[in-house]
Amino acid sequence: MKIPLSKIAYARSGDKGDGSNVGVVAYNAAGYEIIKQQLTPERVKQHFREICLGDVDRYEAPNLLALNFILNDSLGGGGSESLKTDAQGKTHGLGMLFMEIEVPDDFELPG
Amino acid sequence: MPNKEKVLIANGQGFWGDSILGPVRLVNEGPLDYLTLDYLAEVTMSIMQKLKSRDPGAGYATDFVRMVERVLPKCREKDIKIVANAGGVNPQACRAAVAETIRKLGISGVKIGVVEGDDILADLEGLIASGEEFKNMDTGEALAPYVDRVMSANVYIGAEPIVEALQQGADIVITGRATDPSVVVAPMMYEFGWTMNDVDKLAAATVAGHIVECGAQCTGGNFTNWQDIPDMARIGYPVIEARPDGTFTVTKHENTGGLVNIDTVTSQLVYEMGDPGCYITPDCIADFTSIQLSQESENRVNVAGIKGALATDTYKVSISFQDGYKIIGQLTVAGPDAVEKARLCADIVFDRVAMDGVEFAPEERFVEIVGTNVCHAGIAAAPGNPAEVILRIGAKGQDKQKLNRLGMEIVPLVTSGPPGVTGFAGGRPKATDIISYWPALISKDKVKCSVSVEEV
Repeated sequence: MKIPLSKIAYARSGDKGDGSNVGVVAYNAAGYEIIKQQLTPERVKQHFREICLGDVDRYEAPNLLALNFILNDSLGGGGSESLKTDAQGKTHGLGMLFMEIEVPDDFELPG
Repeated sequence: MPNKEKVLIANGQGFWGDSILGPVRLVNEGPLDYLTLDYLAEVTMSIMQKLKSRDPGAGYATDFVRMVERVLPKCREKDIKIVANAGGVNPQACRAAVAETIRKLGISGVKIGVVEGDDILADLEGLIASGEEFKNMDTGEALAPYVDRVMSANVYIGAEPIVEALQQGADIVITGRATDPSVVVAPMMYEFGWTMNDVDKLAAATVAGHIVECGAQCTGGNFTNWQDIPDMARIGYPVIEARPDGTFTVTKHENTGGLVNIDTVTSQLVYEMGDPGCYITPDCIADFTSIQLSQESENRVNVAGIKGALATDTYKVSISFQDGYKIIGQLTVAGPDAVEKARLCADIVFDRVAMDGVEFAPEERFVEIVGTNVCHAGIAAAPGNPAEVILRIGAKGQDKQKLNRLGMEIVPLVTSGPPGVTGFAGGRPKATDIISYWPALISKDKVKCSVSVEEV
């Protein structure tokens, strides 16, 4: 079945130069396996296609059940140059959680 | 030599502009050994350099002085030391202002330590002549052609000189551009007698510093599941209970709001993260993939297992330079047809300035209609017909006059555009500087930090 990523993970984001960093953390190990498999850089780039104009880099931190993404060129110049409302990518984390992911029908959602 | 079993370190300020209630409540609401405060972001350094160029006595975090005035009597009573990178580009002026405040409070016997040496603006050309190229870490370009436009140049310094100030008995340590985690690393090095070779311990202290550097962001602030955070108004700022073996506990004072659990702490661990396996600071390289978190008890998270590696032989330098101008103004447009009317307003502004000979290329123009899903464009569904929107209209460019001409045509829309245009409370906007950054490295042996301690 398809569910929003927010059912199995939480997130936080901030700026890194002209890119943003989006940390996505699964609530449990089963959720981490799913995000590790499905949150590919390509998928994340497609999700943020209207925001992220550069490449997406991905890092893994299995000890934290976390993936870290760098969304290059996503802040309209970043720092003091950007005129965007979200010049620091503060809302990109919540934006990531809108993504629809596929889980088995008997997948137990975290309480 | 201090030999404590446990040291309590809190961070009461995540940036210049954070609530003064953070530090005030931290010193009043529970036990504490060190109050640390982080005031500096990249943009802050260039603002401070600009202030200093107008007034040689300015260029530091003035909030810090007001904060010292509020907390110092309690800090003396409870023997709490203060470490802050409040010095900005003028640590000596900051020291003088703090000393003046202490005298006004009628307090004596306070030792103020000052760490300097991070500000290399005046030596930049000499350093380039001596072979430092300051190659841009993103583009590989050398700095030399741009040196005339540089507004500030600061080395991110580490914990060592702060430790030296503490060893000389400082009760308050004021630094320039010390890294955010280093103000937390230094008290642990000092209290537990760690050296630069204790890499795992320094890495642990760096992780502790990273967790608390944004204040309440690790105690439930900015947390995805905000409904789960109790009493956010009284959110407790973070306290690290550090131990000599390098393990530590993240907690907050009793009877404060907020929440410390694995999820709130992990949220902050992944904040502003690059490669989690390689977090480089002037003090060490920390491996965030080695961190083990466990919930000890309510609002107490234990952090252990952290591995580190020796620091590199370079410091990072943050160089800012003037890079053109920008302007932004806003109006509120009420319905019916709010979005269509906002678009028309934007077109009118650019048409009118063009009539007066001021043209903007498409890439210089900026139009954003808040209320049509600008933050999550392409991700979440935008409302079909919002009752009202905010039109943000502006431009970037090298010509300040042109931008200011644009700024004059925004408010007139209220009487000469479509109906329902309001919210011009900000008045006529003005062009401001764009400050760009040039991240580079410098050999550690080219940077000499100095420490001075003075008793007030």
